[in-house]
Amino acid sequence: MAKPAVKPKVESLPAKSKSPPKPSGPGDNSVSAEELKSFYRNMLLIRRFEERAGQLYGMGLIGGFCHLYIGQEAVVVGMQSTIGDEDAVITSYRDHGHMLACGMDPKGVMAELTGRSGGYSKGKGGSMHMFSRDKHFYGGHGIVGAQVPIGTGLAFAHKYHGGKNVSLTYFGDGSANQGQVYEAMNMAALWKLPVIYIIENNRYGMGTSVERASATTELYRHGEAFGIPGERVDGMDVLAVRTAGEKAVDHARSGAGPYILEMQTYRYRGHSMSDPAKYRTKEEVDKYRNERDPIDHLRKRLLDGGLTDEAALKAVDAEIRKIVNDAAEFAQHSPEPDPSELWTDILIGA
Amino acid sequence: MSISVLMPALSPTMTEGKLAKWHVKVGDVVKSGQVICEIETDKATMEVEAVDEGTVAQLLVAEGTEGVAVNTPICLLAAEGESVADAAKAAPAAPVAAPRSEPPPPSPNVASPSPAPITTAPSAEPEWSGKTVHMTVREALRDAMAEEMRKDGNIFLMGEEVAQYHGAYKVSQGLLEEFGEKRVIDTPITEHGFAGLGVGAAFGGLKPIVEFMTFNFAMQAMDQIINSAAKTHYMSGGQMTCPIVFRGPNGAASRVGAQHSQCYASWYAHVPGLRVLAPWSAADAKGLLKAAIRDPNPVIFLENEMLYGQSFDVPEDPDFILPIGKAKIERQGKDVTIVAFSIMVGKALQAAEELAKQGIDAEVINLRSLRPFDTETIVNSVKKTNRLVSVEEGWPFAGIGSELSALMMEHAFDWLDAPVKRVAGLDVPLPYAANLEKMALPQSSNIVEAAHAVCNR
Repeated sequence: MAKPAVKPKVESLPAKSKSPPKPSGPGDNSVSAEELKSFYRNMLLIRRFEERAGQLYGMGLIGGFCHLYIGQEAVVVGMQSTIGDEDAVITSYRDHGHMLACGMDPKGVMAELTGRSGGYSKGKGGSMHMFSRDKHFYGGHGIVGAQVPIGTGLAFAHKYHGGKNVSLTYFGDGSANQGQVYEAMNMAALWKLPVIYIIENNRYGMGTSVERASATTELYRHGEAFGIPGERVDGMDVLAVRTAGEKAVDHARSGAGPYILEMQTYRYRGHSMSDPAKYRTKEEVDKYRNERDPIDHLRKRLLDGGLTDEAALKAVDAEIRKIVNDAAEFAQHSPEPDPSELWTDILIGA
Repeated sequence: MSISVLMPALSPTMTEGKLAKWHVKVGDVVKSGQVICEIETDKATMEVEAVDEGTVAQLLVAEGTEGVAVNTPICLLAAEGESVADAAKAAPAAPVAAPRSEPPPPSPNVASPSPAPITTAPSAEPEWSGKTVHMTVREALRDAMAEEMRKDGNIFLMGEEVAQYHGAYKVSQGLLEEFGEKRVIDTPITEHGFAGLGVGAAFGGLKPIVEFMTFNFAMQAMDQIINSAAKTHYMSGGQMTCPIVFRGPNGAASRVGAQHSQCYASWYAHVPGLRVLAPWSAADAKGLLKAAIRDPNPVIFLENEMLYGQSFDVPEDPDFILPIGKAKIERQGKDVTIVAFSIMVGKALQAAEELAKQGIDAEVINLRSLRPFDTETIVNSVKKTNRLVSVEEGWPFAGIGSELSALMMEHAFDWLDAPVKRVAGLDVPLPYAANLEKMALPQSSNIVEAAHAVCNR
C-alpha cells in the first residue's frame, strides 16, 4: 500500500477511537469529559487547518478548487465518535475535515493540497481526491453524488464479508436530488445494507439555496419512498450529532438497513474559494458565526461545566497551532512529484 | 517578529483586486478566523480572515485601494509579546508565496507529441494441441464465470435479470443454482446506481462482475465507469484498486433500432485506466473473460449478441486462459492485412475466403484487446503485406480504425504501399428497416472491396 512518500509523525489524536464505556441514555451524560475535550480539539484542528488552507490558496500555493469545511466541523467530529476503526467513511469534495477526523495526517493532507510528493495521493489527486486505506477513508469524490452508490457498495462489501462494519456515506444538500442517490438508497433498503447516509445540509448547493433546488426541503424524509428512517439533527451541536449518530449506527450495525441523518449545518466560507457570495446576506453568515458556532458553543459548555479552564484551552490552541504550522511547513517544502510519477498508477501490472 | 498578512487570491487566475474595507484598526487584537478586511474583484467579494493571532501594528494598504497585487503585504501584526511599535518598524517578514508565473516547460520526454512507444505485447498463447470441446460463446462465458467463482469467493455477479431469469440472453444459466443468491444478484433497473455500487464493492475488497443487459444502457453508468472506476487508482497515488469487470453485449443486434444498436469500443478504448476486451470466438470469450476477472484493474468486456449462439472449439483444460493485450492472427496471408474485432472477425474471415478465390491472400488479425492495443503484431503483419484494411461495426469518425490508421502512420509509414482503408458502420443512427440496417453495417463484401482498393486490383 502506498503511503505519503515522506511519512511524517502523525500528530493528530486517534480521532476514531471509541470512548470508554459510558452510561447509556440520550444527551450529554453519554459523553465523558475527556471525549468532550477531544471533540473540541478535533473541531479546532479542522477549523485552523482550513483557515490555513485558505491562506495557502490565497498565496497561490494551492491550486484549482478548494472547498473549505469551516462551520460544519461538528458534523464530522460527532459522527466519527460513533464508529470504530474498521468502519468505512466516504464523502464529497468538501473532504478535508473528514480526513482529519478519520485520523489522517494533517501533513499528508496539506501536502496533497499543495500538490507535493508527500501528499496522500503523491500530489496526483488534489483537494478533492484523497484516500487512506489505512484509515478506511474512501475519498474525496469530485462528482456530485457519485460517492453515494460507492459508499453503498462499501456497505455491500461489509455485509458480503459477514462482519458488522458500517459505511458512513456523507453528501451535501446539493447531492440530495441526484438520481444515483435514490438508485443507491433503493438498493440499500432492498438488501438491508449497513450504510448511514449523512446529508450535510449547509443550505446551499453552490449558490442555490435548498428552497430553490428541492421540491421538498425535509431532506431527512427523502428515503421514505424506500422505507428508510430519517432524522433531522442540529449539525451545529456536536452532542446532538453524537446522540443521533449513535442511534443510526446501531440501527445499521444491527442489520436493520440504512438510516438517513440530515445535519442542519452552515458553511461560513464560499462554496469554493472563488465564490462571489452574492446569494446570501452577510447578516445571515454573521448570525451563524456569532450565535451558532459549534466550537464556541462547546467551548462555553466546557468552561461553564467546569470541565476545563482557560489555561487548558489555551494549551490546546497552542498544540493545534503547532500541528497546523508543521503541516503548512511540510506542505511547502515537500518536493513536487517526480516527473516519472506522471506515468505510474494508471493500471496495475502495466 | 512581526507577521505580515498578504493580499490573497480568490482564484488561481486572480492577479490583483481592490481592498474594499478594513474591519480592524491599529491596536486591535486579532484572533484566528476573525474577519480583518474585505477584498473585491469584478467577479467576487471575499472576507479575509486572520490565520495568525496578534495585534494590528500597521495597515499597509489604505481602504478603497484598487489594483492591489496578489501577495502584497497589506497589514502587519505584532506577535504575542512584541510591541506594536517594534512590529511596525520591522521589515515585513513576508511568507514565501508561490510565484504565479507560468510553469516551466515540461521536459521533452513528457511533452513531445511523439508516437506512443510500441509496448511489447505479451507473447501469444501457444497453439492449442490438446483436447477441445465444441461450445457456444454463451456457454463459454458462463463457464468462465463459474470456474473463476469456484476458485474465489470474493467474485460475484450482479446485473439485471442475471439470477432467476438466467440472464436476458441466458449467459448466466445455472449460476444462481450453483452459487446462490448471495453471489448471483438481480438488480433493479438502475445502471448508474448498481455500477457505482459495484465500484464501491471493489474498493471494499470484492471482485464484482457487473453485467449490463447491453452496453447501450451503460451510458447511464458512464460517470461511475470512467470517473470512479478508471481514474481512482491514479488519483489515489496507487492506494486504491478497483478490480471489476463490466460485461455485456455491445454493438448492433438485429432490427432493434438506433438506441439499442451501438458499438462503444472507441468510447472506452479512449480512456486511460481501463482495459477493453472484445472477444470473437468461444475460446476468446472463455480465455479473455477469465483473464478479465483475474485482472486487478477495471475491465470493459464487450460481447456481441449475434455471436452468443455461435459454436467454436474451446480448449478443455480448466486452466486455459488468454493474455490481455495480445492480438491473434486468425489467418495467415501475404497480400493484405485485415484487422477486425468481435463479430467483424467472422466477416473478415469470410472476406478472406472470397479474396482467396480472386487471387488475393489476406491475413486476418483478431484484435481481442483494444486497450492495451497490440500495435506490434499489426506492424509486423504490415511489414509483410504492406497493405491494411481496418474493420469495425461502429461509426468511422474517431473510431478504432481511425486510431489504427494513426498508429500505422507513426509506426509503419515506410512499409505501407497504399493508404489504410477503413471499413466501418455508416455514419448514421442505425435504422430499423431490414434493408437499411443491412446497408448501414459492414458486410464481408465491403471488406472484399476495400481489400481490392488497397491492393490496386
